[in-house]
Amino acid sequence: MINKSKSSNLDFLNGDEAVAYGAKLCRPHVIPVYPITPQTIVVERISEFVANKLMDCEYIHVESEHSAMCAAMGASLVGARAFTATSSQGLAYMHEMLHYVSGSRFPIVMMNANRTLAAPWNIFGDQRDSLAQRDTGWIQVYVENGQEALDMIIQAYAIAEDDRVYTPVMVNIDGFVNTHTYELVDIPQQKDVDEFLPPFKSRNAIDFNHPRSFCMTASTEWNMEFRFQQQQAMDNAKKVIEEVDKKFGDKFGRYYGGLVEEYRCADAEVLLVGMGSIIGTIRIVVDKMRDMGLKVGLVKLRFYRPFPLEYFKGLSTRVKAMGIIDRDISFGYEGAVASDIKSALASSWFCSKVINFIAGIAGRDITKEHIEKMYNKLFSLTQGHDEKELQFIGLRW
Amino acid sequence: MVKVKNLTDKEYLYGHKACPGCGLGTIGRLALKILGERTIVALPASCMSTVTTQYPQMNYSVPSLTMAFAGTGAVLTGMSAGLKAQGITDVHVLGLAGDGGTADIGLQALSGAVERGDDFIYICYDNEAYMNTGVQRSSLTPIGANTTNSPSGTASYGEKKPKKNLFEIMIAHRIPYAATASSAYPYDFMNKMEKAKSIRGPRFIHIMCPCPTGWGFASDLTVEIGKLAVETGMWYLAEYENGKVRMNVISKTLKPVEEYLIKQRRFRHLTEDTIKLIREHRDSEWRIIRERWVLSKC
Repeated sequence: MINKSKSSNLDFLNGDEAVAYGAKLCRPHVIPVYPITPQTIVVERISEFVANKLMDCEYIHVESEHSAMCAAMGASLVGARAFTATSSQGLAYMHEMLHYVSGSRFPIVMMNANRTLAAPWNIFGDQRDSLAQRDTGWIQVYVENGQEALDMIIQAYAIAEDDRVYTPVMVNIDGFVNTHTYELVDIPQQKDVDEFLPPFKSRNAIDFNHPRSFCMTASTEWNMEFRFQQQQAMDNAKKVIEEVDKKFGDKFGRYYGGLVEEYRCADAEVLLVGMGSIIGTIRIVVDKMRDMGLKVGLVKLRFYRPFPLEYFKGLSTRVKAMGIIDRDISFGYEGAVASDIKSALASSWFCSKVINFIAGIAGRDITKEHIEKMYNKLFSLTQGHDEKELQFIGLRW
Repeated sequence: MVKVKNLTDKEYLYGHKACPGCGLGTIGRLALKILGERTIVALPASCMSTVTTQYPQMNYSVPSLTMAFAGTGAVLTGMSAGLKAQGITDVHVLGLAGDGGTADIGLQALSGAVERGDDFIYICYDNEAYMNTGVQRSSLTPIGANTTNSPSGTASYGEKKPKKNLFEIMIAHRIPYAATASSAYPYDFMNKMEKAKSIRGPRFIHIMCPCPTGWGFASDLTVEIGKLAVETGMWYLAEYENGKVRMNVISKTLKPVEEYLIKQRRFRHLTEDTIKLIREHRDSEWRIIRERWVLSKC
């Protein structure tokens, strides 16, 4: 991330509050939302904004997450900008609606506080909730801290509402580690956000002069073509994400790098790939190991969908080994992120030099020592030693 | 009161693929004639969505949205909120859902929307089973009915539980307006639509919609069956407003339930014992209705 921001509108916010400010700045018309830990602070702050006329919107107390997404869809249908937020079980509960919204191309933005799924019941963070929504047709971005969370809510609308995309965006922020951690966050000026994000003029909304049926039944003769267009939109989104990142950087001074961000990768021999809050910890370890003369690097995977296939294809000629940190596992196989990256590398020898590290499940700490251990395993692999393809890090036994 | 000569000639639901004799097309067509062209229709998975929104043959000439089975109430909430937030006040938001989509899987979302007081009209067209998926029972299937998953057999007389009272569930919400209706009484239905149109907030109409295919009667008997349902007391026409219930039709004597039952294949298996059970259930329901609504003149 490159920060050239000269703004001084700093406030001490936790990640959820940063998301609430991000949503407020985007002026959504309708916010249907249902509380779930650790997203609740978003719900509370927005309700306070509305109660104090700091925000002018229809705030709806829906009776479930399924209804939250239904209401967001209904609002988008009539041309309103809609925002909602959820987490974990709530995301799973609205799963059906995620398909409806993306399939009927409503550019809704949702924050998801990453939290594990029951059973065993647990409220702490990992990313299996959102990764399990891979095929729902939503753009998914994972953020590192509160600042990026706020900024990505704003960027998410710019991406979702782009004519070439018209696809909903899920902004994922790690539960507790980010949602409940206070940091200094720069809150952009409303005037600047208004210039960056113009009022929503939906081209996918009702028009009484030209009545249309939305989200209708499409039989076998037509259904596949709708899916093809969704895939095209996702492909288009790759370019749009880069453009929006640049436009946002030019306006607010913070450039995040688009689909991925590299950290000290230029001459790296081994790399770790991760998503979300763990990135901050890895940066520190990379610096420390670099000081020791070890050529280690970090790839921050920001967008899980659309997936940066071209980027990972190009990596195989640059480094000797790579570790992929998954805060989830697809039981019976491996971590979801690892599967995707390995698939991108499938045509190359390099595929055999990849380790999938399963870590940070249900809020389990990923420590600096763990990260260092991962890098050392990668070096071990480059020196010809055997390493298991799939390894759990930080297990009690 | 609605007068036919004043009804618009414009058709807002036209060319649908409903079975011959189905009252569903009539319900949608008349409802939209009353509400007019500035109406948005929301349809969950149902007969109604299946027979009217098959791309690319779209049968509404007002905007419509087909959506998830469980969420009709919530999507109406979202539409209504989205319109309000943009300062649009002259649009009607109409939900058209079946009995399963309303009384079973959609009840939570409907309850939420009514409790919040959102601005919409919800029509539950009740054909007393999941007809679109092939006649499986719902909580609005009447006792004794043979369906494909509550079949009659040597150890069963078909559906074992009586029909759930959706009208009273809506009354329990203190909804601004609720009514029951029947596709066999189009004037009554249109007047109730007209009434609903004049009120703001959540409005609910539960309309009986006899189904030739699922109930097993000839397609020219739809109106007759619908009328018999009311005349035998197996269904009733009522309105709730301002804390009061008004029965639109009160018969001093109800026709024997057999007159209604024997005309339908779904009840043909019934023995005298089970018909007695149905009669007793009907009488018990009417005792409650008379005590609570008619005699108390509340």
